[in-house]
This record gives sequence, structure tokens and C-alpha cells, in this order.
Amino acid sequence: MSPAARPVPTSHPVITKLLGTGIYVQGNDIDTDRIIPARFLKCVTFDELGPALFYDQRFTETGDSKHHLLDAPCHKGAEILIADNNFGCGSSREHAPQAIHKFGIKAIIAGSFAEIFQGNCTTLGIPCLVMAEEARKEIAKTVLDTPDAELLIDIEKMQVTCANNVYSVMMKASSRQAFMAGTYDPLEHLLDGMEDIRRKARRLGYA
Amino acid sequence: MGKSLYQKVWDKHLVRQLDNGQYQLFMALHLIHEVTSPQAFGMLKERGLKVAFPDRTYATVDHIIPTDNQARPFADDMAEKMIQFLDEAVAEHGIEYFPPGSGAQGIVHVVGPELGLTQPGMTICCGDSHTATHGAFGCIALGIGTSQVRDVLATQTLAMDPLKVRRIRVEGMLSPGVTAKDVILHIIRVSGVKGGVGYAYEYAGSVIENMTMEERMTVCNMSIEGGARCGYVNPDETTFEYLRGRERVPTGDEFDAAVAIWRDFASDADAVFDDELVIDADDIMPTVTWGITPGQAISIDESVPNPDQMQGLEKHHVTDALQYMHLEADMPIKGTRIDVAFIGSCTNGRLSDFELVAGYIKGREVAPSVRAIAVPGSEKVDSAARAKNLHTIFEEAGFEWRKPGCSMCLAMNPDKLIGDQICASSSNRNFIGRQGSPTGRTILMSPIMVAAAAIEGKVADAREVFHLSGQTS
Ligand code: SF4
Repeated sequence: MSPAARPVPTSHPVITKLLGTGIYVQGNDIDTDRIIPARFLKCVTFDELGPALFYDQRFTETGDSKHHLLDAPCHKGAEILIADNNFGCGSSREHAPQAIHKFGIKAIIAGSFAEIFQGNCTTLGIPCLVMAEEARKEIAKTVLDTPDAELLIDIEKMQVTCANNVYSVMMKASSRQAFMAGTYDPLEHLLDGMEDIRRKARRLGYA
Repeated sequence: MGKSLYQKVWDKHLVRQLDNGQYQLFMALHLIHEVTSPQAFGMLKERGLKVAFPDRTYATVDHIIPTDNQARPFADDMAEKMIQFLDEAVAEHGIEYFPPGSGAQGIVHVVGPELGLTQPGMTICCGDSHTATHGAFGCIALGIGTSQVRDVLATQTLAMDPLKVRRIRVEGMLSPGVTAKDVILHIIRVSGVKGGVGYAYEYAGSVIENMTMEERMTVCNMSIEGGARCGYVNPDETTFEYLRGRERVPTGDEFDAAVAIWRDFASDADAVFDDELVIDADDIMPTVTWGITPGQAISIDESVPNPDQMQGLEKHHVTDALQYMHLEADMPIKGTRIDVAFIGSCTNGRLSDFELVAGYIKGREVAPSVRAIAVPGSEKVDSAARAKNLHTIFEEAGFEWRKPGCSMCLAMNPDKLIGDQICASSSNRNFIGRQGSPTGRTILMSPIMVAAAAIEGKVADAREVFHLSGQTS
């Protein structure tokens, strides 16, 4: 039960502050099938997933642009995705966070997140920040009206600054700590426990 | 103070606490398939890592596999490439594999239980959110992302935050024509698609206790659709009898010893839960979805909602959902014409599902305007159904009887809706575009309701179509 006594090496950059422009994708319960339609899951690496993000929202069946906000020139390079409630519900497929990641999104602010999705994002180093509805509406409006407005995310203070306003956000304590320590990808730490793991496996006594 | 099953299984598999406050949890069983796992092997290779416990990992193929001609190479190059990748990875790492033709291939959540790989008290994970299905046996069964598949391959452990536990007691007796699928659709309707976030669900109460294992699997399967990370049922005699004699289950004295251990995992009588929800079986009717999330459901006698009676975001979402589904506010869902009927998936693609439906469709015919397909969940389900001649009953009624796979549940294979076709489906997700066409529409329901819709050519009440009142279900 006790935490590992020795310090664990950091293998990933710490993430304490993020600065970027935002983009608002409206709607509750945006599911992983919408984030990346199943036909794009046919891949053996995640490298090519970026362009398929929200594909059916962005393009017609013949591949013509539907002029989705994600493709609006004024939002080019936006790195902070603003969404509504229960974002990322549905599948555990990491293709969804990977597509977001490969598209260039560095953080997501939403009313709430589906659990597996949030965990997957955390591992990839994408902070998922929960913001109250009023504040989120204000930020969404700012971003829609002035697409070049910058958002500053401060993971340590749990704040987002936008157009001189400061909004508070929330995040699971373990995720916040992991971003600040650069330990959001847990593999090294898990590997560190290999002796304990083998002992546990021997003692399970069944299966 | 007593412990819940969740707590007991957690304690048993806990390795240690990590620096960030999370816990390292040992996984008794890891199941992999071709869509979310190949990338994890690539990640292992990048870091020069090996599979730590290959004997605790089992592989099969289900998502992309065609359900007509399964001869290799597959017509779809990319599907062929993915399955080849898995073939090679399991060979390289010494992982047991159930490929097509092995007699044991199928949807990963059908295969684990039927082989007896899934056993009470286990921690189970798989790169698929419907892993919750295995909770029916009294397991903590978690859907995980590919990076976590990598973690489990490399260490057989996951970094986890503990969940809270909500007990959902379903009490009373289900009325005729009401099935396990209706129970879970009703639970999601009542508690919402994100009502379960942060929770494991313990399903209890007389209705759950009286269910068969296959019915319990249907309920646990859709825990994720209610936002819960996992769901489980306490192991009992029904569980042990299901497991007795299965291929991977111990026999003789060893079986008795295992049962004694399994029994102890059940929640203590004085266990304390973080939350409780009680549902009266009398309130559960045959339930169907009308919208684009599994929580947008109504009973067969109700009308779809009217956004004018709502406010704010909800109004917006209901308007969007109705528009996508081509439904008018306030119209009864009964009578909605359908194009396709699909019986299958890890929710309702087991032998008992086909048996039940076969009993009702015998001598009946699918409406000429409907394409109806039945897809067994595994090769074992297929052969058991064939042994009982169920496939003939389905075929004579006008269903196509296909080879096992996920098929039209997510349509990564050639089984897809075309254009804005509307499908009565026994699967678990009615998301936009889920069944393969970006404008395709899905109405979720129980297998007998799908059968009724197939025969009538429109959404229908199975109780009327099959004269079910008065009979016990
Ligand atoms: S049947 Fe559907 S839900 Fe089940 S594992 Fe296959 S794709 Fe996923």
C-alpha cells in the first residue's frame, strides 16, 4: 500500500502551463464514434488519425468540406478544445484521443468527461479540465467572437485566463499531480514495481 | 463493516500505491483483439519491452472480420493487414489465440465467458469498453485504451483510481415480453448516460438474482452506456453452474475448491455502498431508443419527446436528435418504419438470444422491405445454434444467418447501413454513424423486439406481435 520510496525518473516533460487559441465544439454527449468514425479505426499505428478527427462533421460523404469550425481559417492552429458535457463518451478506443492529439489539440476544457476517455487523454499528456457551465459559455463566446484570443491554462493554480478574465477549473488530483511531475504516462512507474508484481502474481492463489 | 465485491477484488489484486496517488492493480486476465491491440505491440517494440505474463493474455478477432466469406486474405486489404499484424504479434509473444476456424473465435466478450476464462473475483481488462460484460461473473472488468493495453502487456498491471460503488437493486418480477435488455435500457434511461461516471455498478435485487448468466451479461455489458466504468453481479449458484464443465474451468475437487473461493468474493450482507438506486420491475416495459444516445429511450407505448417543452441545451439536443432520426416531436415510436433488423453483438449475440427469438419467429416471415441479419457472437454460439437447427428457423423466416463477429454493431466490416437506412438493432450503441453510414439511424431494443420489428416492417410491441401477455417471459 505504501508509495514507492525512491524517486521515479521523469520520462516526459512536465505540463504546468499551456498557452493557445481555442475552438468550441458544441454539444453534449459527443461520443467517440463522432470524434473518429469507426471506418478510420482500420490502422496498425495511430500516426494518420489527425485528419480524420470529427470527419463526418467536417466533410460530406463525397469528401466536400461542410465548413466546420475546425476547418475555418480563423481557427487554424487552435490548440485548446472547448466542449460541453460528457465529452468522449462511448468507446474506450484510444483512436479518439489520438486523433485529437495528432490534430494538434493540447488540452480540452469541458463540462464533464467520460471516464475512460479522460484517462486515455491523460496518458497522452492532454489535460482534461472541467469548467462550470457559465464560465464555459463565456469562454466559448469569446473564442467564437475573437478566434485569436489566447487562453492560458495554469495546471498548478487550476485556472484558465482568457480575455483578462480568470476562470477556475477542476481536474482529478492524481492527473493534476501527474502533469506537474511529468508522470502522466504511467508505464515507467508500473515497470518499477515488477518485483512486487511477480510476488502478487504468485500469491494470487487462483486462476 | 462488510466489504463489497468491488472492494474485495480490488484488495486482492492491489500491488501498491504509485507516487501520484493512483494504485497499481494486477490484472488476472487480459483479452486482446485486432483493432485496439496491434498499436500496443508497436509501442512495446519501440521501448524494447516484452509481454510480462503471456499466459494471462488471450487473443481473438471480432471487430473487422467479414461475416460472409472469412477466407484469407480478406477482400479488405486493411482488415487483412490488421489481422496479420495480430497473427504475428501473438506468435512472437507466445499468446494463446483463437483465430477464425479454431472453433473458439468470436466477439471477445462472448468468448471469455463461454470458454470459462472469465471467473469470479478476477480483474479483467480488454481494449474495448464492453469489457464490463465479464462483470456478470463477479469481476472488476475494465475497458481500457491502447496505452493501457501496452501497460498491461508490459506489466500485467494498470494505474487506477478507486471507484465508488452504486448498488442498483431491481426488485419484483419482469412482466412477459420484458427482457434483460429492457432492464439495462431502463436503468440507463433513469440514471442517464453519465449518471455512472466515477462508479462501479453492483446489480442486485430479485430480478438480477433470477436472471441466467447470459441475461446478466446483457445487463453488465451496457454499464458503460450509463457512464459507469464497470458493472458486476455477485457470484452465486447460477454463476457456478454456468462455469461447471467449461473448457478452462478446473474440474472435480479443484472445482469445489474454486467455488469456495469464488463464493467469498460476493459482497457481504453488511457491505456499505456509496449510493443505491432501487428500480421496481413493474416500471420496466419493452424499451427502445428514439435518439442518438442510449439514454434517449422510451417504452414502446410512449411518444418521442417534444423539444418545445424543454429548455436550454436539452432542448437543443432533443431537437438535434429528432432531426437526425427523422422523427417528429410527440409521435409514437411504435409504427416507425425500419429498413434493417440486426440481431447480434456482445450485448445480445449469445445462444439464448437466438433460441428465444427462434421460438417466436418460427413460421413467421420478415417483412419484404426489411433486410434482416442474425450474427452469432462466436463460433461456439454458431455451432450450438446449428446443432439445434436454429439457423434454419432464422433463414426460413427471411433472416441471413452470418458467420460470427461484431458485424453491424460498429460496421468495421462490410455489414453496414446504406445512406439514412434505419435499423432495429440488438446492439448497444445508437450513436450517429455507428452502423457504418454517416447518416444511418439506429433504434436499440431487445432481440425479440428486433424480431417483431423485422416481421412488421416497423417498430412494434413484441408482446402484441407474439401474443406474449399472460405467458411468463
Ligand atoms: S459487438 Fe459491438 S460493442 Fe461488442 S465488442 Fe464488438 S463492436 Fe464492441
